[in-house]
Formats: sequence, C-alpha cells, structure tokens
Amino acid sequence: MSSIPILEARQAQIHQKGTQPFEMDCGKHSLAGSVSQRACVFCGSRVVLYPIADALHLIHGPIGCAAYTWDIRGALSSGPELHRMSFSTDLREKDVIFGGEKKLAAALGELIDQYRPKAAFVYATCIVGIIGDDVAAVCRKVEQEKGIPVLPVHSEGFKGTKKDGYKAACDALFKLVGTGSTADIAPVSINILGEFNIGGEAWIIKKYYEQMGVQVVSIMTGDGRVDQVARSHGAALNVVQCSGALTFLAEMMKAKYGTPYMRVSYFGIDDMAKALYDVAEHFNAAPEVMARTRAIVRREVETIMPELNRIKCDLYGKRAAIYVGGAFKAFSLIKALRYLGMTVVLVGSQTGNESDYATLQDMCDDGTVILDDANPLELSKYIIEKKADLFIGGVKERPIAFKMGIGFCDHNHERKIPLAGFEGMLHFAREVHNSVTSPVWQFAPARAAVLESKKEVAR
Amino acid sequence: MKSARKTETYTATQNACNLCAPLGAALVFKGIANSVPLLHGSQGCSTYIRRYMISHFKEPMDIACSNFGEKTAIFGGGANIKLALDNIRRQYHPDLVGIATTCLSETIGDDVPMFIKAYRDANPDEDLPALVHVATPSYQGTHMQGFHGAVRALVETLAEATSRNERPAVNLFPGMVSPADLRHLKTILADFDLAGNLVPDYSDTLNGPLWTEYHRIPPGGTPVAALRATGGAAASIECGLVLADEPKTAGTWLQERFDVPLHRLGLPIGIGQSDRLFQVLSKISGKPVPEKYTARRGRLLDALVDGHKHLNGVKVALFGEEDLVAGLAGFCGEVGLVPVLCATGGGKGRFAQAVHKVVPERYHDQMQVMEDVDFVTIEKALEAIDVDLLIGHSKGFTMSRRLQRPLIRVGFPVHDRVDGSRLLHVGYRGAQQLFDRIANTVIEEKQKKNAVGYTYY
Ligand code: SF4
Ligand code: SF4
Repeated sequence: MSSIPILEARQAQIHQKGTQPFEMDCGKHSLAGSVSQRACVFCGSRVVLYPIADALHLIHGPIGCAAYTWDIRGALSSGPELHRMSFSTDLREKDVIFGGEKKLAAALGELIDQYRPKAAFVYATCIVGIIGDDVAAVCRKVEQEKGIPVLPVHSEGFKGTKKDGYKAACDALFKLVGTGSTADIAPVSINILGEFNIGGEAWIIKKYYEQMGVQVVSIMTGDGRVDQVARSHGAALNVVQCSGALTFLAEMMKAKYGTPYMRVSYFGIDDMAKALYDVAEHFNAAPEVMARTRAIVRREVETIMPELNRIKCDLYGKRAAIYVGGAFKAFSLIKALRYLGMTVVLVGSQTGNESDYATLQDMCDDGTVILDDANPLELSKYIIEKKADLFIGGVKERPIAFKMGIGFCDHNHERKIPLAGFEGMLHFAREVHNSVTSPVWQFAPARAAVLESKKEVAR
Repeated sequence: MKSARKTETYTATQNACNLCAPLGAALVFKGIANSVPLLHGSQGCSTYIRRYMISHFKEPMDIACSNFGEKTAIFGGGANIKLALDNIRRQYHPDLVGIATTCLSETIGDDVPMFIKAYRDANPDEDLPALVHVATPSYQGTHMQGFHGAVRALVETLAEATSRNERPAVNLFPGMVSPADLRHLKTILADFDLAGNLVPDYSDTLNGPLWTEYHRIPPGGTPVAALRATGGAAASIECGLVLADEPKTAGTWLQERFDVPLHRLGLPIGIGQSDRLFQVLSKISGKPVPEKYTARRGRLLDALVDGHKHLNGVKVALFGEEDLVAGLAGFCGEVGLVPVLCATGGGKGRFAQAVHKVVPERYHDQMQVMEDVDFVTIEKALEAIDVDLLIGHSKGFTMSRRLQRPLIRVGFPVHDRVDGSRLLHVGYRGAQQLFDRIANTVIEEKQKKNAVGYTYY
C-alpha cells in the first residue's frame, strides 16, 4: 500500500511518532482538490445550535445546506422537537439576482407564527453575503415585530473552518445569555457546555451532577431551551466539554460575568470521574458534594465493571485507529481504548490545534501515526499498514474501514447510542466489541492477509 | 383532479423533498470509469453531499472540492481549480474529472469553461484526463437537474462521430436509478446482443465487493471510450417521463449533432413502461425479445392475477424524484393501487402532465398531483385524505410514523434500511419485486390488525 502518494503539501500535516522532531502544521484551510473530511463554517454553527429544541432554525440560502442537515443527529429533546425540522428560504434564481431579504423576512414571519418558537436562529450560508443580503437587519426588524430574539448566525461556509462556525454559534448564544432571570439559582450550580445530548448523553451527565447536589442551570446545547440559555449567567461555574465548540462562549461569559470555567471530558471512566471530582473540588466549600461524588463514582463503576471485564478479555491486544472531529475527543478515546486493553496505532482530527497535537504526541506510543485533516487515501493507507482491527470515526470514514475489512465504531453526531458517562463507557465497549468480534472479518480479503501475517509473527 | 405548485406564493421550504444540484452531478461522475467528481465551491457542500450519499450507498465516496476561502470568493476560483486539478491528477491519476459548480461559484460568476481552457493551455504536452464541466447552481434546479445536466455535459464534451461498429450499439441514459437497476439494464442490453453505452453506470463503483487493497477510485463505471462512442451509436434511449419533455438532454444533443435517433421512454417501471423498453430494444437490435424475458413477464402477470385482490383499491401516496414517482404511478394504475397523492420536490412544471399520461383516467379524479413541494405540505395533504400506504424514500419515515401508515422504501435516499443499492425497480423483475413487497406489506398490515391471527391469506 505504500504506493499511495501523499501530497507534498500535506506532508506537514502527517506525523509518525518517533521518526522526526514533532511539528504539526494544523489549522490550515484544506487543500484544493484534496478530499478533506472537514465540513464548513455553517456545519460548525449548526452542530452547536441544533439541539436547542424550542428555537426555530432557519437556514438562509439555497436548499442543499438545509436538506443535508435535516434530522441527521441523535440530539434528543425531552419536550419540543422543533430542531428536528429543516427550514430553508430555498433561494431561487431571481433571489440570487434581486436579493433574498424579502424572502427571509417572509419566511421568518410565517414560521414564527406557525410554530411559536422561543427564539429564532438564522444561519447565513455561502451566497447570502455575496448577493448582498443584510441578514442582521432583517433579524432586527423581525425581532421587533414578533417580540422574540431573532439571532443572525454568521456562518457563511467559505469564511473559515468549522471552528469559526463554533465561534459564530457562540456569538449568537451569547446574545441570549443574560436576558433571563437568575432567580432560584443555588450557589452550587453549573452550566454544562459542549454537551449535545446525543442519544441522551446530557441526561446521563446531568443526573450525576444533580445527585452530587449541584444544580444544573443550563445545558448548552443538549436538550436545550432558550430560557435556560438566557439565565445561564447565573450559574457559578461553566463546565466545558471537549476541544472547544463552546470554549468561546465560556471565555465570553468569563469576561462579562466573571463565570469561571473548566474543561472536562465525559468519555471513559477516568475522564468521567475526573469531570465529577473537578466540579466537586471547585465547590469544596460544600464538602458534602465531594462525599456524594465519591459514592456516585463508586456505585457507577461497580455497576459497569463485571461486564466491562468480560469485554476486555476479548479486546485485549487489538489495534485501533481514531479519526474524529476534535482532538480533545481523541485524548479521551485513546485512554478509553487503552483501558479496554487495545493499542492505538493511528490518531487524527479535523480541527486540532498545535497544543492538541503536542498532547497527542505525548500520549501516543512510538510508531503511532498522527494526522491533521486527513483524506480517505491517507486514512486507508495507514489503517492497513498499521494493521488496525477497529476504526473510530464518523460516517465518512465508515465505508473506508469496511472496504478494508476493519471494524468500526461511530463516534460522531449521527450516532444514536450514548457513549458519555459511566454507562456510556459500557455502551462504547459493547459497540467496539460488537464490531471487532463479528465473524464477518474472516471473509474480508484485505484483512485475511493481515490476520495471516499476524499469525506469522506469533509463530 | 387537483394539482398544486408551491412557488406561486412564497412560503419557506419545510423539510425539503429534494436535494441540491451538485449531488446529482456527483452521482453521475461517480458512475464514470476512473473518474473523480470535483465540486467547485466551498468545503461544506461536498462534505455534506458525500455524507448523504454514503448513508445510502455505504461505499467510499471521494468527491473532491476546490475549497473556496474568503479570498477565492473575492478574486474568483481560477487558481483553486488549477490547484485542485493538479492535486487530483497527482493523487488519483483519473481518466476524467467531472467539475460541477456550486451555488457559491455560480453566484460570484466563475467562468469554469475558461478555467478549463486555461488549464489545458498551460499543460499542452501532458496527457490530461477528460475535463467535463456542468453548471449546477442549486437555485436553478434540484439534484435531478444536476443529474441530467451532468449526463448531457459528458456527452456534449466527449461524444465523437465514430464509425458505427459491427455490433449495433445503443446509448442508454437510464436516469437516477439504483445500482441493482443499472446491473439489470446491462444484462438486458447484453441479452439483446447490444453493445451498450450506459451513462452513467455506478453499479460497480457504488455497489462493489470488499477490497484487497485500497482503490483510489473504485473499479467499474462507464468507460470514457464509451462516452466518446455515444456519437456513433445506432440509437439513444432516454428514460424518464418528465425528462421526456426536456428540450436539452444528452439524447437530444446526440440527435441534433450526430443524427443518433432518440427514443424517449419513461423509467421502465411496471409492465407497460417495461414493454416499451423491450420493444425499442427489439427494434434497434433487430432481434425478438429473448425468451428469458417473455417467460419472466409471464410469471409476473401470473403473480399479479394471484394477488390482485390484495392491491385493488388500496390507496397509496407516492413521493420522491419526478421521474421515479411518475413511473411508479403508472405501475400503480396497472395493479389497482390508487395513487391518491403523487408528490415531488422537483417537477419542472411538467410533472402533473407526465403522471396523468400513465395513470388510467378512471383514477384521475381521486388523484392529487403536487410538484415543487416539501414534506410539510405533503403531510398536510395526506392528513386530509385517506391513504393506506406510502411509497417513497427514507425521508418519508417521519410522516409515515405520524400517520401510522407503512412506508415502502424506493429510490434515493434509503438511509434507514440496508438495501438501498440493491432495490430493484426496473424491468419485469423490478415490477415483480415491487409487487411482492407492496402486497406483502398489505397482507402484513391486515395480519397485524386481525384479531384471529390467520396464518393463511
Ligand atoms: S450552497 Fe448550493 S450546492 Fe452547496 S449545499 Fe447549498 S444548495 Fe447545495
Ligand atoms: S453552501 Fe456554504 S454553508 Fe452551505 S454547505 Fe456549502 S459550504 Fe456550507
């Protein structure tokens, strides 16, 4: 497989630990002609805001951007499900010539009357600025007419990367923050940031914190509600998950409201426990919180341990490749896979920054391939070369793994199973186990060769 | 008979029943041998389209992108196309690069043909892949326009007046059908001993086996040589009842430019439309319909008779691509299913006419035909009428669930079943499978609702 050429311009974004001094060229715009796994600014904004279930999400632009994002994520709601609708201004030729502001105003008016949302987010997609629409002005006008917040999200796809989309979403959220009442908020209280309730994950996490005696003021944005966001500035602490989707908001809230924040991960036993302990530690003025936390961790770990141990036996020594959106998620995955007795042979992300990659470099064993913004060619080359048994990624990586006869675990927003929390760790282990132990791989030709050579080595 | 169009008074689109143009174009380019689709625009469109298609086909889906950045939007995408082509050639060594524009590159007014010419001029000595461009602004049309536009662009760019070969060749433009359909059509052509230029042919590229080594481009697809040969074929066949009235298609171009006679049929769904395909093939090849197919047709008719009571008078709602829905509506009329609602997100103003042409008149006053509509509009219409079954793609599941009516999955996308690529719609065999699936669903519903629990029906 070494015959697959790696584009020269891409070489600085690929690193093999132990081969040369570490320097990763990340944060670049994807190379033209490269089949990047990355998405656009709009995608970033949509990911962050999507789970707010009582808001209207109107995508201003031609139909595609809305059609492809209709109900594709497993972000659950306990009440309204307006987020599962796909609304588009569906711009046509004459709008492109004469501008789409009128349509936008009409669409907003019509949809707000029909669905009575608590707020509206208006996503500007690529051509909107170019055809000269003043989205912010239309939003202001409709906001006055309808009496609900109408927030422009400046998410033109080409104006940056997915990360800029996170930022644009946080800007929109920040306009809501501080507009609600902070009555009934206890001193021991948090906002859960960067948790999107995929398969009910936010509910799992929230339950832990509540059992600790910590009030959860808002979750941003899993099972999200506009009113919760509006009063989130009353919380004593922001707990931010993952590599940054909502770090921007946490920063802004710190600057304006003085709310401190900490970064956590809910994935894997160690990180999950740490996420609870860190919060308990923060509220050490209330020592009973820490005591409860210990009890919760003990109880939860004991519950999942017997089955986890059985699963570990089967997975011991298997090799895994990871390619996910954020690098922070990769850190947790490496730990979780190691916990299951597996070896990580490749790790990459779409949006990692320099310090993320430095951390990865420290965490990984020698020989582990580290990639930024990889394309299918590179991914396939390395998963075979590195004899992976399992690939963890998103929808776009799945067929690559399958063609080569490698097991797969979905770790993106489309999945429906909660992987966060202690019980999430069990789900994760079951998922991995389910794929890796399937008998179908014996029929995979690419894999047969690898399995054969592994036997050779053992002999 | 009622028919409705949405665009007369503007309303927002709620849960669209169509996709955007570059998706259709990319699908066509995926069906050309050793080819790479390149979307000229920003990253998001191609990533979304890839993801959407992967969920249906479950195959690797390399679609390159020229990756517009902020500067590109100001200065134009010429430099990006050049860089993209360089990189694609280096990595994939393709025979063809299919360049489809997106809304962004169209809106800023990029002159892609000029960029391509400049690229050719700058690389005079090199053996360049065929470079085919199709304009696919989604504000002008749906994925179906993108699909048909790309087919036309391929032929327009590459067809040559080759001498007619000994074995009569036929150009078959099947429309947007499944890999299983394409495979079946290829077999039919071969059984008539016709050399077929099937455009596109993603039966292998998007429904292939496991691999022993990674393929930069999956094997299979219409060879570029076959595209060139379309100019010398004995005839062209173009499938799609709505497409049949389109003034500018691959077929019309070959007719005008190379005098290749054009047969415009519907998608060969159901008996009548399949018969027409077989008749035309028989005429072009000068051979009778092979025994295999007359026998299959016979068994199909026998099955229709055996099961006719299950379907007669059952009310169905059809939705999806205009040509598929029109084809299915014709089939429904043949077996007694009443297509009480026929809906499409596309249509081009000709949908109602196409549907009414193939559905017997006795059903017309029970039918509602809607074009350029979204799912919220469709669902509202269905709430007002009595319907037993839904036939369409996976995105109809939401309303199937709310209305508590079973959904029989056909077409694209099938995101919630494993067999999207293997669904067969065309020919007598396709009709047989459709009939069986529909009849079984009807029986299953009866069985579920029946208190006695009969084991025989
Ligand atoms: S901008 Fe146009 S091409 Fe891109 S996804 Fe949206 S509709 Fe499709
Ligand atoms: S048009 Fe722009 S915003 Fe929409 S999907 Fe494409 S890149 Fe993203």
